[in-house]
Amino acid sequence: MKHPMAAAAREGLHVNKIRADFPILARTVHGKTLAYLDNAATSQKPSSVISAIETFYTTMNSNIHRGVHSLSEEATGAYEKSRDLVRRFIGAESTREIIFVRGTTEAINLVASSFVQPSVKAGDEILITGLEHHSNIVPWQLVCGRTGAVLRVVPITDEGEVLLEEFASRLTPKTKFVAVAHVSNALGTVNPIQAMVTLARERGIPVLVDGAQAVPHLPVNVRELGADFYAFSGHKMYGPTGVGVLYGREELLSTMTPYQGGGDMIKSVSFEKTVYNDLPHRFEAGTPNIGGVIGLGEAIRYLSSLDWRAVEEHEADLVAYCTTMLSAMPGVRIIGTAREKAGVVSFVVEGIHPHDIGTILDQEGIAVRTGHHCAQPVMERFGIPATVRASFAVYNTREEVDRLGKGLRKVKEVFG
Amino acid sequence: MSDLRSLYQEVILDHNKNPRNFRVMEDADRSLEGYNPLCGDRYVIYVRMDGDTIEDVSFTGSGCAISKASASVMSALVKKKTKEEALRLFSQFHDLVTGHGVGGNEEGLGKMAVFAGVSEFPARVKCASLAWHTLKAVLERQTTAVSTE
Repeated sequence: MKHPMAAAAREGLHVNKIRADFPILARTVHGKTLAYLDNAATSQKPSSVISAIETFYTTMNSNIHRGVHSLSEEATGAYEKSRDLVRRFIGAESTREIIFVRGTTEAINLVASSFVQPSVKAGDEILITGLEHHSNIVPWQLVCGRTGAVLRVVPITDEGEVLLEEFASRLTPKTKFVAVAHVSNALGTVNPIQAMVTLARERGIPVLVDGAQAVPHLPVNVRELGADFYAFSGHKMYGPTGVGVLYGREELLSTMTPYQGGGDMIKSVSFEKTVYNDLPHRFEAGTPNIGGVIGLGEAIRYLSSLDWRAVEEHEADLVAYCTTMLSAMPGVRIIGTAREKAGVVSFVVEGIHPHDIGTILDQEGIAVRTGHHCAQPVMERFGIPATVRASFAVYNTREEVDRLGKGLRKVKEVFG
Repeated sequence: MSDLRSLYQEVILDHNKNPRNFRVMEDADRSLEGYNPLCGDRYVIYVRMDGDTIEDVSFTGSGCAISKASASVMSALVKKKTKEEALRLFSQFHDLVTGHGVGGNEEGLGKMAVFAGVSEFPARVKCASLAWHTLKAVLERQTTAVSTE
């Protein structure tokens, strides 16, 4: 897949140089250098992103789209520049298709409220998969509760994969919408998203792709993919929290009613009649997270400066190295053994609860996530309450994976 | 390692491995579920009362070592105690794990004292207190499941 990052020079990844771009990686935790392996929860931020936000607040802070003064013009320019950076980053046709939201969760809720809810009726079906994050389950349950539509779920295999034939067999004349993760946050499974989108679109069923875990790891081109909606968060791709993106095909966005009412999303308001603003502003009610959007733009600039193919190779190497190490440890079971995985290794240790493992690893300076990862149905599927999840980013190293292994040996020491 | 040992004391590891009173109580007067959605710890506490006295107490469920050991130690501590005594123990335990009011004076806390280290691990206070909160709710005749979120 062609990606803007493919344009970067093909010279491999200089991980030490990259690490120096992330100031937080120099800190210690309990006297030990931080090994941050919780990137699927949120990634760390490079200095350039942090200073872009600081620069906004120190030099041009003002509200956008309304002032005639210089600061407002500069802020508006920077905000809209980020929109164009996002457009290019995901290969969208027009900036009218790029809506800034708080994050993936809000993007999905926006589509649920403004697109799906008005178009389904009792008995219609909304299709998701068994590996979805709660934020790609609950909005659809709310729609079903309000309309009488029915939520259908494509089961996952023991490996944590969605089989295309299982998916295809659940696309029926009743299916009115499909919402599916590109990459599973709990298991790391990369879904066969291109084939899934094609299967749905062939039947005229609109598709939303939850790309929160995909965008930091894989090249995404929404036009080639053909998805109707694609949602992702800034903070998992080296940008700030509180900002995310909903991509929507203009043809669909232009028919949708606003999600929230307020300032910036209108052209004119009177007590008799309000005329809504054009795309994309119609879906951005109220003063947006201007500093966050500018930070996100900088994160995209940062990602685009890296050799993308080398990023993919490096992260795939970390997943493989970690998988091999854990597989050799007695009593360790890896949860999610899909052929295609990105960025995540989830596991359990016999007889020791993930929460205890997380506390002991933290004492070693190693940050992992323990729990159900907001994917309780996935945990249920594997018959476990929780997992330990190591998740990787561009700045992680094999040495940090070795430290995870050493930490797990200490866990076993403590628990005898 | 010393910090970890203050949390994972031998007594705690032992109660985790061999929990006391870990069984369904068929003739319980009352039972209630306690759930910690953060980490998925889930226990049911069973109680049989004789007037105002806890005649028998037991629990079932699963969770981390801290939560399970805490439920086990609690069951041993409150058996044959009156409701009032048990609620006093609850307060003592709560103060102990949140680092309030004990001030190094751990005498008189008995087996409970092994949980003093929890106060150094704020993320684990909920684990340690789940069973106790559930017991309190049982004794106060609450009927909706307890959640420590």
